[in-house]
Amino acid sequence: MSQAAVAEHDLGIEPAESPLTPESWGKLGMWVFLAADAMSFGGLLAGYGALRYGDPTWPVPKDILGVQLTAFMTFLLICSSVTMVEALAAIRQGDQRGLRRFLMLTVMGGMTFLGLQAFEWTKLNLHEGQSIVRNNFGATFFILTGFHGCHVFGGVTYLSAVLGRSVRGVAGAVVTAAVAVACTLGLIVVTSATLSGLVAVIAAAAGAGVVLLTANLLAGGTPVYDAHNNNEVEIAALYWHFVDLIWILVFTFVYLI
Amino acid sequence: MTVHTPEQLAHEQRRYLQVFAWLVVLTAVELAVIYPHISSLAKGLMLVVLAATKAALVALFFMHLAVEKRTLAYIALTPAILCVLLVFALLPDLGAFTRALTHATPVAAEAHE
Repeated sequence: MSQAAVAEHDLGIEPAESPLTPESWGKLGMWVFLAADAMSFGGLLAGYGALRYGDPTWPVPKDILGVQLTAFMTFLLICSSVTMVEALAAIRQGDQRGLRRFLMLTVMGGMTFLGLQAFEWTKLNLHEGQSIVRNNFGATFFILTGFHGCHVFGGVTYLSAVLGRSVRGVAGAVVTAAVAVACTLGLIVVTSATLSGLVAVIAAAAGAGVVLLTANLLAGGTPVYDAHNNNEVEIAALYWHFVDLIWILVFTFVYLI
Repeated sequence: MTVHTPEQLAHEQRRYLQVFAWLVVLTAVELAVIYPHISSLAKGLMLVVLAATKAALVALFFMHLAVEKRTLAYIALTPAILCVLLVFALLPDLGAFTRALTHATPVAAEAHE
């Protein structure tokens, strides 16, 4: 056994078995999942293109959809990707408070996105008469943006779980994720009922604040992540950036083209 | 687990902010492209190139594909290639919905008979 292999063995790290053996199996697993998920979106987008092509009754999206609002939502997701990389950078320096703060800001970005999407959907449905059953435009629009919205919801829950886990293991993850789900559902209902974008933004800030407060209340034990052990944060970040990447494509194909 | 030195982290942070700035600029360009009266084909092509550039920036820098092992890049490229094949597979069906609505083409007429 070489000296390096002995050192790796002592640290409990799996030795490299082949050039294909990844640095992290978890990361490889997430990439495989994301590739499969990308195919789901690819199928939906291709189906959308096939239905739209050559259809003279298809409306110009920007005449019906609020492009300015969704451009702002795109900006929000890009910002939340930056706060996510900052969260990972913070824990790589061993900064626990920075990790929690930036994860909270990322969750806030996701919640605000969901609130604004609830606002947009309610407005389109009640004021513009668009629906999933009315025509192919409505069907493809609500299915594509809805499928992406479900991913954002999943991401908000996932990142909240990571935030909870960072302070108190699995129990912290479950409690914080449950709080995040309740806050997100609440903010969607409140936004749809009041039909106000401002309410969405305020409710999202409050929701993310409650998630951080929950994590802070649970804190006290030995932190799970540190400068050397932060692989789980990096894997969660991959998922979040993927959600951002998919929105970039959905925004272009559904709203702009 | 890779341990990052403070210099590496500072360099990465500068890179992230540069990517953020590019993403915002490209989004602004996308918005500027949709309003002028130019052909929809040119508009569509420009928007697809801009969106692909933004997606590549996110994958390469935020998702670290630029510095990761090749294996992960191959995994990421697989759905992109399959999606292009999927679009080609759908080519014969393009416009089928419109044809079915208007009954204007031989294909629709044959189907009608």
